[in-house]
Amino acid sequence: MRKIFIEELIKAAKKNKKIILIVNDLGYNVVEKFAKMFPNQFFNAGVAEQNMMGIAAGMALEGYHVFVYSIGNFPTFRCSEQIRNDVDYHNLPVTIVNVGAGLSYGNLGYSHHSLQDYGLMRLFPNMLIASPGDEMETKACIKYILKKPQPSYLRLSKSNTKPLHNKIPNLKPGKWLSISKSNRISKKIFLTTGNVASIAKKFLTNKNFNNYSIYSLPLWGMKYKKDQFNQIKKWDKIVVLEDHLEDGGFGSWIKESINNNKIKTYIISKSLSNKVIGKVGSEKYLLENYYLKLISK
Amino acid sequence: MNNLQKKTIKNLRTNILKLSHKAKSSHVGGCLSIVEILTVLFNNILKISANRKTFFKDTFILSKGHACLALYCMLYEKKFLSKKTLFDYGENNTLLMSHASHYVPGVKFSTGSLGHGLPVAVGSALAAKKEKKKKNIYVLLSDGELNEGTTWESLLFAAHHKLDNLCVIIDYNKLQSLTFVSKTIKLEPIIDKMKSFNCFVKSINGHNINQLINAFKFQSKNKPKVIIANTIKGKGISFMENNIAWHYKSPNFLELNKALKEIENA
Repeated sequence: MRKIFIEELIKAAKKNKKIILIVNDLGYNVVEKFAKMFPNQFFNAGVAEQNMMGIAAGMALEGYHVFVYSIGNFPTFRCSEQIRNDVDYHNLPVTIVNVGAGLSYGNLGYSHHSLQDYGLMRLFPNMLIASPGDEMETKACIKYILKKPQPSYLRLSKSNTKPLHNKIPNLKPGKWLSISKSNRISKKIFLTTGNVASIAKKFLTNKNFNNYSIYSLPLWGMKYKKDQFNQIKKWDKIVVLEDHLEDGGFGSWIKESINNNKIKTYIISKSLSNKVIGKVGSEKYLLENYYLKLISK
Repeated sequence: MNNLQKKTIKNLRTNILKLSHKAKSSHVGGCLSIVEILTVLFNNILKISANRKTFFKDTFILSKGHACLALYCMLYEKKFLSKKTLFDYGENNTLLMSHASHYVPGVKFSTGSLGHGLPVAVGSALAAKKEKKKKNIYVLLSDGELNEGTTWESLLFAAHHKLDNLCVIIDYNKLQSLTFVSKTIKLEPIIDKMKSFNCFVKSINGHNINQLINAFKFQSKNKPKVIIANTIKGKGISFMENNIAWHYKSPNFLELNKALKEIENA
């Protein structure tokens, strides 16, 4: 997905000189083309994330749309107060790009795993979370953010995931997208955000889930929580999937949106097991051992 | 010192004390130490449009956001704020809080957590430099604030990118939150440190108008400029000078009157 991101950013930068890309000495084999084509719109802030986020805010203050590109906890937790005070509070057009969603960098260990990032980013009132599930959703998220520059968090999987859509879907923050509809009359769904939608697809062949439909929610955040209730109440059962810990995650956010005790929908959150903390292995290995078994239970 | 500068300095000290007393707010010492710096910046250096009150050609960021009372009093002198707005300071549900807020006309950036102003100023300076704009970015830091790692991250970046449109002013009053800077985290040799970061450095008396003007007007080439303004915390009020208590205390009625008399007789 990071390749798609950079290609889309190059397309946008050709038309818009106000687009800036800042990296923290990361992005080998991804950002070079952008840097070469737009040397005046590319900066390497070095290994200094707090300063990088402050600089992004300062440039945004002067009218630029700044993309800050990095991995996992570096552009999020490492500079969380700069995001809170400088970017989000001033409502500045800074897009934080994390190319290590969930367990993307499985082999690199806990320092590189994004397991708590939703929990942090959804604390900021102006922040739009963009967590696409495939190439088309990635393009749609970038298109939306370019059209409406704002404090935003683009969470990308390192590698490409299986396609969910044939064309670029129309996105609106807080609105669920239909990915697959069950043939049988059932009011049970998977609701996903990010690259776990393909996992939901795999589970449709499982006899426990073969009457499930799948929906994804690529754009969400604090502002849009109140819009969830009307979508939730249509269903009998919702299984929420995410490659994130349960605490502070997407499933928790969905559950928090319920403001009515009379709702009949049964919501179950399937998040990463916290036993994955400290474990090393490929993304596939870690998901198989610390996630997929949990879903089938 | 001309009459306007004299009048501004007197008004700032008077209003800082009156409002700190009224609102029972802290940080009066660090407000009094930057009075001359603000006076020179706003009267002689910053390009401010007279027509559009919130429009600055230059950017000024008060990174030591806890000294915002001094800035608000300055913005009142420059007619950004009405008398009512200024004297509502500290009341519930009003515009002015005890840390700099971008909701206040004339304040470009909110601060309050130390170590944020300089990175943002560097970003602004980088943007201005990129567009070859004749625009200067001024950022005022406290000495205790230099403990923050971002200071040094930002200076490395600013020097690398030769941001000579960036002017960093350090209010070196030598007292931080609990005790003297020298007893907390030593900064000396501060001039050498800044020079070794490839900055142009001027160390001056931060209460001397002419020295301030000269330091501000000196055009640094290919290097960010750092003005080390040697100041006195609580400057102008004998019993507040160099006394850590006035980082926290606000003057009571008797102390206020004593202080106002000292300003009157100065």
